[in-house]
Amino acid sequence: MEGLGIKQRLQETLKSIYFPFVAIVVSLLIGSVVILATSTTSPLTAYGHMLKGAFGNLAAFDATLIKAIPLIFTALSFSLARRSGIINLGAEGQFMMGALAATAVGVATPNLPAIIHLPATLLAGFLGGALVGLLTGVLKVRFGASELIITIMLNYIAKELISFFVNGPLMDSASSSYPQSAPMEPSARLYKFIPGMNVHTGLIIALVFIFLYYFFLWKTTAGFDMRVVGFNPSAGEYAGMNIGRSTIFALFLAGGLAGLGGCIEIIAVQGRLMMTSFIVPYGFTGIAVALLGNLNPLGVLFSGILFGGLSAGALRMEVMTRNVSSSVAVVIQALIILFIAGRQMFAIKKRYRSRSSSGTSAGKTVTDEAKDDDAPLAPATAEEGV
Amino acid sequence: MTTILEMRNITKRFGPVVANDDVSFSVKKGEVHALLGENGAGKSTLMNILFGLYEQTSGEILYKGKTVNIRSPRDAIHLGIGMVHQHFMLIPAHSAIENVVLGYEGNSAVLDLKSAAKRFTEMAERYHMNIDPWELVGNLSVGQQQRLEILKALYRDVETLILDEPTAVLTPQEVDGLFEVIRQLVAEGKTVVFISHKLPEIRAICDRCTILRRGKVAAAGLPISDIKDLNELARLMVGREVELVTEKTPSEPGEVVLNVENLNYTNDKGIHVLKDVNFDVRAGEIVGICGVDGNGQSELIKCLTGLLHATSGKIELMGNDITACTPKQVLKQGIGHIPEDRHAMGMVGQMNLRENISMVDSRDEPYSSHGFMHWRWIDDHSRNLIDKFSVKTPSIMEKAINLSGGNQQKLVVGRELSRKANLLIAVHPSRGLDIGATKYIQSQIVEARDRGVAVLMVSTELDEILEIPDRVLVIYSGRILACLDQCDCTRSGLGLLMAGIEDGEEDRPA
Amino acid sequence: MNEVVSFFSTTLRLATPTLLAALGIVFSERAGVVNIGTEGMMLVGALSGVIGSYVTGNVWLGTLIAIVVTVLFAAIFGFFTVVVKADQTVIGTGMNLLASGLTITVNRALFGASTSPPEIDKFVIAPIPGLSKIPVIGPIFFNHHILVYLAFLLVPIAHFVMFRTNVGLKVRSVGENPKACDTVGIRVGMTRFLSILYSGILAGIAGSFVSMGMLSFFTEGMIAGGGFIALAAVVFGNYTPRGVMFSSLVFGASNALMYRLQALATNVPSQFPLMIPYVITIVSLCIVSRRSNKPLGSGKPYIKE
Repeated sequence: MEGLGIKQRLQETLKSIYFPFVAIVVSLLIGSVVILATSTTSPLTAYGHMLKGAFGNLAAFDATLIKAIPLIFTALSFSLARRSGIINLGAEGQFMMGALAATAVGVATPNLPAIIHLPATLLAGFLGGALVGLLTGVLKVRFGASELIITIMLNYIAKELISFFVNGPLMDSASSSYPQSAPMEPSARLYKFIPGMNVHTGLIIALVFIFLYYFFLWKTTAGFDMRVVGFNPSAGEYAGMNIGRSTIFALFLAGGLAGLGGCIEIIAVQGRLMMTSFIVPYGFTGIAVALLGNLNPLGVLFSGILFGGLSAGALRMEVMTRNVSSSVAVVIQALIILFIAGRQMFAIKKRYRSRSSSGTSAGKTVTDEAKDDDAPLAPATAEEGV
Repeated sequence: MTTILEMRNITKRFGPVVANDDVSFSVKKGEVHALLGENGAGKSTLMNILFGLYEQTSGEILYKGKTVNIRSPRDAIHLGIGMVHQHFMLIPAHSAIENVVLGYEGNSAVLDLKSAAKRFTEMAERYHMNIDPWELVGNLSVGQQQRLEILKALYRDVETLILDEPTAVLTPQEVDGLFEVIRQLVAEGKTVVFISHKLPEIRAICDRCTILRRGKVAAAGLPISDIKDLNELARLMVGREVELVTEKTPSEPGEVVLNVENLNYTNDKGIHVLKDVNFDVRAGEIVGICGVDGNGQSELIKCLTGLLHATSGKIELMGNDITACTPKQVLKQGIGHIPEDRHAMGMVGQMNLRENISMVDSRDEPYSSHGFMHWRWIDDHSRNLIDKFSVKTPSIMEKAINLSGGNQQKLVVGRELSRKANLLIAVHPSRGLDIGATKYIQSQIVEARDRGVAVLMVSTELDEILEIPDRVLVIYSGRILACLDQCDCTRSGLGLLMAGIEDGEEDRPA
Repeated sequence: MNEVVSFFSTTLRLATPTLLAALGIVFSERAGVVNIGTEGMMLVGALSGVIGSYVTGNVWLGTLIAIVVTVLFAAIFGFFTVVVKADQTVIGTGMNLLASGLTITVNRALFGASTSPPEIDKFVIAPIPGLSKIPVIGPIFFNHHILVYLAFLLVPIAHFVMFRTNVGLKVRSVGENPKACDTVGIRVGMTRFLSILYSGILAGIAGSFVSMGMLSFFTEGMIAGGGFIALAAVVFGNYTPRGVMFSSLVFGASNALMYRLQALATNVPSQFPLMIPYVITIVSLCIVSRRSNKPLGSGKPYIKE
């Protein structure tokens, strides 16, 4: 009945990985130019080290996974918002606020059994980010303020708040010269769970949330409404959906996902809150991960691991070559964003599909063709939401 | 009079769609030439080619006897061709004079708006169009904006002025003023191309007319003075009698399902769009609303479906007042709605068929319960639906955008018909569809009627209006001009009513 | 008294990079381009200025090199947003990440990761003869780097260009209604592209000022949100050069306040004054959103039919 043959499925799969593949290849090519220009190492050697450092052995893959976990959360955050028609540039700040809230709960209540303390910490992390998202959503819907500027401003406010707390209320009394919190209580931490590997149970939480992301958007009515509104707010309105509410809820969840990422990074990897906890721009890199994964759950998983590998591999590349900077990985990540966002430039087929035979619909262009993916084209505007 | 403009054998394709098919069009210097035709007949396309906004697929343009190559509006303006678009090309945030000098080639690097305003005001006074050059365009009325558009073109010393449906947005008084201006322009030796589908206006102001029908020339350069009978013109515009007839038995109207009383709607620009609209729709009958686009149909339907809220008046569905209901509440009351633009509203192209089918009722059983979608049930339902409504698709997992226009519309119609609705609102159900799909959708609507559904159908297609509804309401400029039984409808009669002529009288002195 | 004079003087100095960058963004924003990538452009400007100054031994030649390099970088942004018509926000974010990665890579390759920064020619304080001697007024307004004077002199010039010239009218119009501009023969894409390049020039100068005026070396990620603050200054300043000057001064003042609080070692945590600009921006955004000068066509690529 469904009529999707193996050949067709294969074509679909090929089609869905065409743009990511081209973007990665072109980005690596340009990256190799950067390597040639800034070092004496051949790009092939450098990339070889990078590959080994990312996926070369179990230890490498272990490091890759650890770096992938926060990226998966921030990517899910961006993806969920984007699917609801919102561009969330605030994962950075939501990540931090999640970390902050989790730290507050994680250090403040000693002698709590882990069965209570850990979930409470995770919940605090989620809510820390979610409330920032909620604030963004309310301001957007209520006042029609652009979420772009709001989220960016909130990122900086979050950064200052962290700085305030690690220098003040949450400052570790034992090491008062360093701006950092006390270590997290053992009952509020995540631990490694595979013998011989350092990767922590945050990986399982990440996998669960990838599944929840899928389940929510594709299996629940609230998620379904969000996707309809994200693709076509007018259609959502026509079908009786409340666009403002959908926007606010989406930002709440997106914020929560990023917050949970921040929480896990603190309780599993860093162990305590520090200003240096946020040197890697997990929020912005998550955008690249989300776009490369085409906002799909499995896509986010794979591109998250790929980007984790890029970071982990870059460190090895730097150590082994001694003159290729690990920041080349950031260049490659950035280029991937550019080439995925501008993927219409790689569209090869100018396949024509008639949407209708009316005289008003002009021919599809290459641009339309490239946009023929799962991502909503137009963000919902707040005007339509109220 | 010499021929100033000639468009020869112009063909314009948008992909497989032919908007202009071998159209030739010739205008003499100093005349007002009407370009006449129904919605979608290709008038605007032709003029956009002349103005350089579109490029013709084939054919050539001669201006003042020379072959010209118009690639952009800049080229057209250089030649002396100006255009006032149906949707004004003005910037509300800027002052009138800034809009006038925008892109003007005589501008110096530092703008001298004062002397520009002086020249503008002199010109405006000459044509009796008083506009404060320093006023923000956003504060101007629609009529003033149009005058500004005309002055903007005249400021560039154009000799030929294209007016695209200039009266669509004007009050009768403003139309009179516009005609004065056109007469003065012609007296000065300028040429005007006047796009319209309103017959009385054309008779009042134009010298000759060219009629387009479905992208082809139906009549070329017909002198208006030769036309004794407006019916003749209406017939040329709307075409032959129909060949195919959808089978239909006489209706058996039951109780009143929808009752609209004294409905008024004023939009946020202060325009009174719906004026004292009264009508009802009974179970088991199809009421058609016919009229030229932009006469208040969209707003009426939006008021009925909760997307807009009426300024005054009352809407009752099955005896319940739904005037202030939200779209969701209205849908729950049992209204099926085939919206006017399936791409903009009726479907989500990037989602698959089963998702599009669930869109409207997603929060209700059996589509979902306790917040979870019941995809298994939806899949069965979707397969039945695409089967029943002959939607051609490889699978229910196909994205809606990959379907042909006809199949997309069948999908929307099928979805709305399979909802248990007492009232079906069908807006342009067959717009843009081929004859086969049109007939199929029409027969489905008739079938729904036979099951006892009350149907309100909006259409601009006379063929459809003559065939499908049991009663026909003619809407003109926000008012219901007439309510006719189907047997009383004639093509020319409806054509005249749609053009605003009541009882053979023109509704306004022109 | 000295405290007050020093506070206002610092305010002007700290407002300068924001003002310079914002005077560029205000044009690209008016043209309908949301330039999230300014942060990255400033970063590129900061590094290339230092390299230029290091190589040529002259801070002005260094600035010139910074301008050239930043304009090239802005051209990439223009290519993706105007030519390819990709999402401006996403591309802007990508540009920031690209700038971050590239500047770190190049900086490490040239100067090494840990060695002390090289000696370069830097901007020096240029008191204006006579005027700088006036009590109070002199030290506040006339005892600065040349770029500080330049930034504030640019405000009336930018105002004049935006509201009194043909180019300014075109820029303001393509952002509001690109289609209308098309119908009067204005090349929308070219206008937008050039306004992006212009904002690149100023971002380059702003970046140079950060690395060679406020400091005398480049550090990784040294712009630290300065580009976003400039963007916020444009929104808060309601898309006019004068408003941009006002908001830059507010932002500069809150930074100056932070330094004073740190210096005085008061009990007020320095983080809160630092948040002021961001909070003000959000609040003002909520108040003015419905009636701001934000161009109608902002952020939307213009796709001709």
